Amino acid sequence: MPALHRRRFLTSLAGGLVAATALPRAVLALTEQGARQLIDGLVGEINRVIGSGKSEQAMYGDFERIFDRYADNSYIAAYAMGVDGRRATAAQKKAFSDAFSSYIARKYGKRFREFIGGRLEVKGVRKVKSWYEVSTTAYLRGEAPFEVTFQVSDRTGRDLFFNMFIEGVNLLLTERTEIGAMIDRNGGNIDAMIANLRNAG
Amino acid sequence: MVALAVALGGCAARPEAPTGIQDPFEADNRFAHAFNKDLDRAVLRPVSRTYVRVVPQEGQQMVSNFADNLALPGMVVNNLLQGDLSGAGRNSLRFLYNSTLGFGGLFDPSSEFGIEPEDTDFGETLHVWGVPEGNYVELFVLGPSTERDALGRVVDVFLDPLDYVLPRPERSYATGVYVLDRVGDRGRFGSTVDSVLYESADSYAQARIIYLQSRRFELGQTEEAAPGAEIDPFALDTEGF
Repeated sequence: MPALHRRRFLTSLAGGLVAATALPRAVLALTEQGARQLIDGLVGEINRVIGSGKSEQAMYGDFERIFDRYADNSYIAAYAMGVDGRRATAAQKKAFSDAFSSYIARKYGKRFREFIGGRLEVKGVRKVKSWYEVSTTAYLRGEAPFEVTFQVSDRTGRDLFFNMFIEGVNLLLTERTEIGAMIDRNGGNIDAMIANLRNAG
Repeated sequence: MVALAVALGGCAARPEAPTGIQDPFEADNRFAHAFNKDLDRAVLRPVSRTYVRVVPQEGQQMVSNFADNLALPGMVVNNLLQGDLSGAGRNSLRFLYNSTLGFGGLFDPSSEFGIEPEDTDFGETLHVWGVPEGNYVELFVLGPSTERDALGRVVDVFLDPLDYVLPRPERSYATGVYVLDRVGDRGRFGSTVDSVLYESADSYAQARIIYLQSRRFELGQTEEAAPGAEIDPFALDTEGF
């Protein structure tokens, strides 16, 4: 529960730069410090975008770059497609991954845009099985603070986040439900679902 | 049909779906969902948009504070039923300070003193008493719920001490403020709600999974909320993605 991790950490632009330069140490195993650095960097970048006062469209572009750099996109895409991924061709998987990562950037970029005037703060890290869970608190104007948690692994050889929880609502589960519904709506046709996805979010 | 299903559900333990969703009344629930969506499109959404445009931010905040304050006595009753003395103490202090220093609850000085609310309801009391969540249900007008939470909502109507204290006209003003606060919430979180209701492939399934996850998180049922055994980054074939 949140009360366990009450230590406060300052996140800043500097935090983002440190994490960016520290990223290419692929040989090192995932550590608590590595997981924290990744999310410090991520949070620093998100805070910078929501504080930038840029246009909505420019912000989505920024969020897409942030997701490309910090998220384990192939894992998130494979999870979201679920069992339907087993019958997808290599070309469909590739097209799906591309469409899916921009969809995620648009959809969650919109949610983060609502954080304008607010900020995320890293609270603490704990190890869960083979990955780490980094909890952060979102402080929004006129709202009670709430919890945003990131799960980080080094599965790909780099520290990347593979799941995010906003007040307990899990990105992987929610998106698997959504992609499954999109496949059903298209009568099981994966290509049609991918075409839909390009306009969704 | 529903009654029969309830009767059968009562005696047979149903295997849980992988994501922990029990929804044997899906057809009825989808009917309620379609109704709620129509109601939102025709009434709640347009009214809430006007509300957040016309009423200044401070006014909206006062409505929200006032509604939150009126909900406190009922929450204290639930805190006590759960044996949560610290929550009951904090919510009582909030009610005392906000009703007096906060001009009848229009302002929220308690939060500035660092006395944060301990939100609760009878659904949570039932959870604390060990009552299982039951099946997922979507209620008409009120939206996503579970059998346990739906029962909780009914009991909460009778548990609210203010209902027994307030005279007739004031009681209906209180209801009015509650409805206005709901309208304000719909307006403030407009684009999030729109994305679930109008931009998703299956808004019923999205509303269901989001409700169940956030409610279980709120109640601290973390195991059900995060089927961690299923989400293991090393146990998934990502070849080609």
